[in-house]
Amino acid sequence: MGRKLLLEHINVPGINTFDVYRQKGGYRSVEKALKQMTPDEVVEEVKKSGLRGRGGAGFPTGMKWSFLAKPEGVPRYLVCNGDESEPGTFKDRYLMTHIPHALIEGMITSSYALGANTSYIYVRGEMMPQIRILEKAIVEAKAAGFLGKNILGSGYDLELYVQPGGGAYICGEETALLESLEGKRGNPRIKPPFPAIAGLYGCPTVVNNVESIAAVVPIINDGGEEYAKIGIGRSTGTKLISAGGNLAKPGVYEIDLGLPVEEFLYSDEYCGGIANGKRLKAVVAGGSSVPILPANLFMKTAAGEGRLMSYESLADGGFATGTMMGSGGFIAFDEDACIVRNTWNFARFYHHESCGQCSPCREGTGWMEKVLHRLEMGHGSMADMDLLVDVSKKIEGNTICPLGDAAAWPVASAIRHFRDEFEWHVSHAAEAVTRNYGLAHYADPLPKPEPAA
Amino acid sequence: MSDKHKVTIDGIPVEVDPGTTILNAARQIGGDIVPPAMCYYSKLKGSGGKCRTCLVQVSKGSEKDPRPMPKLVASCRTTVMDGMEVKNITSPEVVEARKGVVEFLLINHPLDCPVCDQAGECHLQDLGFEHGAAKTRYEFDRRTFEKIDIGDKIQLHMTRCILCYRCVFTADQITDHRIHGILNRGDHSEISTYIQAAVDNDFSGNVIDVCPVGALTDKTFRFKNRVWFTKPVEAHRDCNHENCNGKVTLWYKGEDVIRVTARKDQWGEVEEFICNECRFDKKKTSDWVIEGPRKVSHQSVISANHYEFQPLPVVKTNPVLQEANKTQFERETRL
Repeated sequence: MGRKLLLEHINVPGINTFDVYRQKGGYRSVEKALKQMTPDEVVEEVKKSGLRGRGGAGFPTGMKWSFLAKPEGVPRYLVCNGDESEPGTFKDRYLMTHIPHALIEGMITSSYALGANTSYIYVRGEMMPQIRILEKAIVEAKAAGFLGKNILGSGYDLELYVQPGGGAYICGEETALLESLEGKRGNPRIKPPFPAIAGLYGCPTVVNNVESIAAVVPIINDGGEEYAKIGIGRSTGTKLISAGGNLAKPGVYEIDLGLPVEEFLYSDEYCGGIANGKRLKAVVAGGSSVPILPANLFMKTAAGEGRLMSYESLADGGFATGTMMGSGGFIAFDEDACIVRNTWNFARFYHHESCGQCSPCREGTGWMEKVLHRLEMGHGSMADMDLLVDVSKKIEGNTICPLGDAAAWPVASAIRHFRDEFEWHVSHAAEAVTRNYGLAHYADPLPKPEPAA
Repeated sequence: MSDKHKVTIDGIPVEVDPGTTILNAARQIGGDIVPPAMCYYSKLKGSGGKCRTCLVQVSKGSEKDPRPMPKLVASCRTTVMDGMEVKNITSPEVVEARKGVVEFLLINHPLDCPVCDQAGECHLQDLGFEHGAAKTRYEFDRRTFEKIDIGDKIQLHMTRCILCYRCVFTADQITDHRIHGILNRGDHSEISTYIQAAVDNDFSGNVIDVCPVGALTDKTFRFKNRVWFTKPVEAHRDCNHENCNGKVTLWYKGEDVIRVTARKDQWGEVEEFICNECRFDKKKTSDWVIEGPRKVSHQSVISANHYEFQPLPVVKTNPVLQEANKTQFERETRL
């Protein structure tokens, strides 16, 4: 059995209420931090833990905190990024729904470390149930003296607010999130300056993912060094994985980083293998924005060793044979899955969600989607694959924010690893369209069957 | 110790003040190494970084940290560091990326230059000429828009808009209230006013000048002439408006002033914004104090058919030839 740090009490009835959460040892990290530690000591513990941001980029959280500018007389802010909306990723929603106080506790401890007296939890607008749950949890925590003025008699004040977002994927990008939080259109800002220097309202700000902030609780409770003992290499601690697709047991799992992918995929403790006894065809390991890998490359590293669920192991081999941990949105595809259709589906999402500020993303995502749609509908040509690769290259790395990369990687990697299937969609257009859609909607490619005698 | 930063762009060194962007450092050198800019506008705070035409490669970050930057950067928003080395036209990666950006920009920008009032002054036209491909690879329907009426002086052709945000920044920064902005997102984005309101403040005409393409044009000038058939003349007047200094360029067709614009610098950026009264209401020569012909780069299409008389040195020293020259001039003037 793997360790459970975040989801330890997930099955305890009433764990979403303050009283039950407190009975199970909740808010100990707040007491410890505020009564026994200085803010710098809290930061130091997070640094020692080696915690890497759980939102997707995997940047060391302690280092990010230490970049925070501390000018005199200027407020500092902690903003929790709960704008989870990438296809395949649903672990933050799970955490906020079932153990909201883990996030509130993490927010208080982290805000104390950063010297923030006002903090925000920015949640995607569609997640109204989660927003209500968090608001209720904040009221409970405040009534118990863990929020507001002079928390636990320590002299530290903190006000915590939940802010619903506008419902745009781009608002998960930290600077777009800050723009949205300020009441403006959620367009990414051009960096530098980074939020640690000029963030919310131009003040130093740290933006962290829900899971990262929740992970601060066990780090402070048990010490950063204890936390760093879990995992492998620079991938320390536990990680929530939202597993979906054609799995026997889809769901949110907490794993020790460094768990073999084979164990995660096939053991009964986790995903339980592929649904209906089918074979695995491909995996998207970290949310729709990371490169897709065929099963054989996913199971083994470039050196032929078994791949592990860690930042380094998943990235082994670069984009030629590797992928990324990303946000932990794990999507498995069985042998019947259509990669072309899936790639089009992802491209459609990024086209829809592009903010439209910079030209490559605004125009390129739409172009890719249209070509993929053409291929999917049986009207593509063999030249379309090269066109898609070229367009994706022209987007990648040339945009204001990472949405351009997120749109380009799935397309480029799908063609890199599944070119045969794309070509089959061109050479066997009728069969491909029939397989995916039947003849009812697209009667064009196939002749009508002869009526029975 | 010098407080300037040494930067090398395409192998050419320059010393600039700290805080200068790569683009402005390149402009101090001038010539072909200056990256193009469709959305950056030095007079507008916060502009730039959006169109991505000015991408450059930083092959050396600084003296202290010589590592190259991992991605191409927008030169208009990246400040220089001491010892920085930048590649613009010497980087195949940059040239390739710029070709890509031009291709993206032209996906939804119609090539209606023959009927566009901006033809001859269009930055995208120049960019397409320098970096564009002869043939498009885009085979789908283009984005088109219904006409939007935003008042009696400015015509908005949303179909031509490349969403550079310059006019939005202008409206935000030089007028007393916000009049228009961006609606929707992605390739559905469009410039519009709130419920098709009119753009009617004293400085609204400046959005015409800052538009790099023909999306915002002057209704008082539309279809009256091509810019290369007009004669630009620098002029000024004592304008009563507190924020307008009355320095303009008058565009003549014969003896008629058919357009008034603010004066632009060599990068195509307005030097000082002018009020609507100067722009739209003062179209008589008698309204202005004429300063002289506007200098136009010989590479610009506007310079076509404009010859500046430069007497040969021998004429200057020969009284007989001077007299003959004078006579000839008088005859030509009469004609």
